[in-house]
Amino acid sequence: MSSQAHSDDYYIPDPSPWPLVGMASLLITLFGAALTMNGVGIGKYVVVAGLLLFFYLLYGWFRDVIIENLNDRYNKQVDRSFRMGMLWFIASEVFFFMSFFGALFYIRMIALPWLGGEGYLGASDEFLYGGAFDASWPSSGPAQMGGEFTPMSPWGLPAINTLLLLTSGATITWAHWGLKMENQKQLVWGLAATIFLGLLFVMLQAYEYYHAYHELNLTLGSGGYGSTFYMLTGFHGFHVTMGAIMLMAILGRAMSSHFSAHNHFAFEAVAWYWHFVDVVWLGLFIFVYMF
Amino acid sequence: MTTTTMTHDEAHHHDAPTGWRRWLFSTNHKDIGTLYLLFALTMMFLGGASAMLIRMELFQPGIQLLDPDLYNNLVTNHALIMIFGAVMPAAAGLANWMIPMMIGAPDMALPRLNNLSFWILPAAATMLLLSFIVPFFPGGGTQINTGWTLYPPLSIQVGMSMDFLIFAIHLLGISSVLASINIIVTLLNMRAPGMNLMKMPMFCWTWLVTAFLLILVVPVLAGGVTMLLFDRHFGTSFFDAAGGGDPVLFQHLFWFFGHPEVYVLLLPSIGVLSHVIPTFSRKPLFGYHSMVGAMLAVATIGMVVWAHHQYTIGMSLGAVTYFMIGTILISIPVGLMIFNFIATMWRGSMTFETPMLFAVAIVLMFTFGGLSGVMLAVVPADMQYHDSMFVVAHFHYVLMPGAVFGLFAGVFFWLPKWTGHMYDERLGKIFFWTNVIGFNITFFPQHFLGLAGMPRRIVDYNVMFTEFNVLSSIGAMIFGLSHLLLLYIVIKTIRGGKKARSRSWEGATGLEWELSSPPPFHSWTVAPQIK
Repeated sequence: MSSQAHSDDYYIPDPSPWPLVGMASLLITLFGAALTMNGVGIGKYVVVAGLLLFFYLLYGWFRDVIIENLNDRYNKQVDRSFRMGMLWFIASEVFFFMSFFGALFYIRMIALPWLGGEGYLGASDEFLYGGAFDASWPSSGPAQMGGEFTPMSPWGLPAINTLLLLTSGATITWAHWGLKMENQKQLVWGLAATIFLGLLFVMLQAYEYYHAYHELNLTLGSGGYGSTFYMLTGFHGFHVTMGAIMLMAILGRAMSSHFSAHNHFAFEAVAWYWHFVDVVWLGLFIFVYMF
Repeated sequence: MTTTTMTHDEAHHHDAPTGWRRWLFSTNHKDIGTLYLLFALTMMFLGGASAMLIRMELFQPGIQLLDPDLYNNLVTNHALIMIFGAVMPAAAGLANWMIPMMIGAPDMALPRLNNLSFWILPAAATMLLLSFIVPFFPGGGTQINTGWTLYPPLSIQVGMSMDFLIFAIHLLGISSVLASINIIVTLLNMRAPGMNLMKMPMFCWTWLVTAFLLILVVPVLAGGVTMLLFDRHFGTSFFDAAGGGDPVLFQHLFWFFGHPEVYVLLLPSIGVLSHVIPTFSRKPLFGYHSMVGAMLAVATIGMVVWAHHQYTIGMSLGAVTYFMIGTILISIPVGLMIFNFIATMWRGSMTFETPMLFAVAIVLMFTFGGLSGVMLAVVPADMQYHDSMFVVAHFHYVLMPGAVFGLFAGVFFWLPKWTGHMYDERLGKIFFWTNVIGFNITFFPQHFLGLAGMPRRIVDYNVMFTEFNVLSSIGAMIFGLSHLLLLYIVIKTIRGGKKARSRSWEGATGLEWELSSPPPFHSWTVAPQIK
């Protein structure tokens, strides 16, 4: 503690340029994305510029926060603000995923049975497809969008991926124990193992996509099944990647001994996020792959 | 937090930053609040201008000024600008200004994040305006003619401007979620010692519930428009029945957000009323606990009744019955709030300054809008009213008094606190009367138009609807122009006027009135003790 007086007051940061940089990076990235999607040539360079600015923003903003933390600017109450903030952020992420799970359930439980002739709206099957549409899941719809495909089996790569992520949840907890017992070695190795498992997961997921596209003819365009499959696993994979990057940042900080047994909010925030990603995967494994 | 004074070496924290850095790099809740309010005011004039164009076009039957797609583009933009650009930022501006002062905190809990959530808004506004402008350029594709609800399949066929709009919605969503996180954390973590949740000022309570709703529903909208984006460009078929999807799925996702959004717009104004009415009735708020309970009930039920916006899609009888009963149930807690306001006024020694005039207008006119809402909630009746001008009249009666008048009341109520000057009461009253009369002339006839069968979102109409449309358009001009007076009053008050005391209104209670007017740069550097 450099000065007791600091810790008594709620820390209000000085004016900071980062929010403005954040605004610029988001605007440039999304503007470029809109151009790219509509075939405007310079769009992708705009996206790259925006993303570079975004990474600069992450670097600069978190650098400021870390410096403030190391200088003991944050008292208990500030720490609590950060914790609550992270929890509510994760809550909003949960609802983001809920919208995709909701779409999956709606398509499977409501839209497809209607198309297949069930219920009072079921006349469409009789008149449009002559009662020939078999609405069993997995389905790419009455028009067989994207052609014949084979659905992804849960007991190959997905099962291995489940094991990987569950193990990574254990290793990060092991690292946390190390941190609490001030065992630097256990902390670093625990984090390194978690990162390794996370990256392995992402690589296997990428291989699974390759396999699906080239051998199963299961694409983003494969009707309701392909759409929900790739949307859910894709956003999840994106979150795992973000989580792995966050873990790497935390590993770097752990190796520079930034954390103590009582002051390691950043570690816990990343751990919460990692567990959240883990839980989402379990939902995916059950509802996308198994049933 | 202790109650010792600040004695340490961080003296530069107490000097307000100056010049452009003060505004662009701000970490101060009042400056950010001011930015929010100015942004909202600007957007209100933009959204208002599009509304004026709409009403000018509808002044006569036939097509005068706008071609049909441009007309619908204006309708779309009017809604999105007003909801996301004017009302929500204005409510967030009030929250930024008042919450730390009301709960005895030095600032918002996460000041830099606070500035980020503001600055994303101009970026979103840029994208939103681009979506409007792009079709005018060669190769810019077609106009957005879907209305703010963006229903597929029409929204899948629109040109590239729809992509700008989708990204604008993403940005607005990020901004709202970040602001809501900040507000919840501030309210849960930054209250002065002794202020437990049930002693928290009502405005704070309303924002706590609003922020909670936003965190739950905005990500769902983000997910919905993301699926729309993928359907447009990457070959998915979420909303395409040929691939096993369903266009109606988008409506569910949209209204799962869209209905709670109504309460997001309404609740902060209810919070403002809960301060304005007791102040000018010189009585404490009647039934504080029941207000909190009613609000929680509104929020909870409001989350599960979204499909009353879609009765005509062909849901099963069981589903429409459930959504109808749920919707009508909401009128119970809302009615309780209204009765609490009336009971607060009952036998109070009332005076009618501008904020109070707006408050009384809300109690009357919002109730009116609520009643036409009950009419719309009834399934067989709604089959007739659906997508008619009656719906337009209904939601303007709910949102103008319910949301915007509440914000006006808040602005007039707290302007003396913010600027240190009293506003010109005479001008304030002129503004109120022109505004309210203009509003009623505009929207009251639209009930009759709708009941007689005039559909909404259509540029032309049958000659039989002419008289009421002429009346409505004249009212709209009065209503629209009256806001120039608001602008003048606000500028005049910022520049000077009678000095405001720290307790600007005789009957006002609460921590915010114990700070000077205008308040110090950091609101409560020493937390007050609440008994």
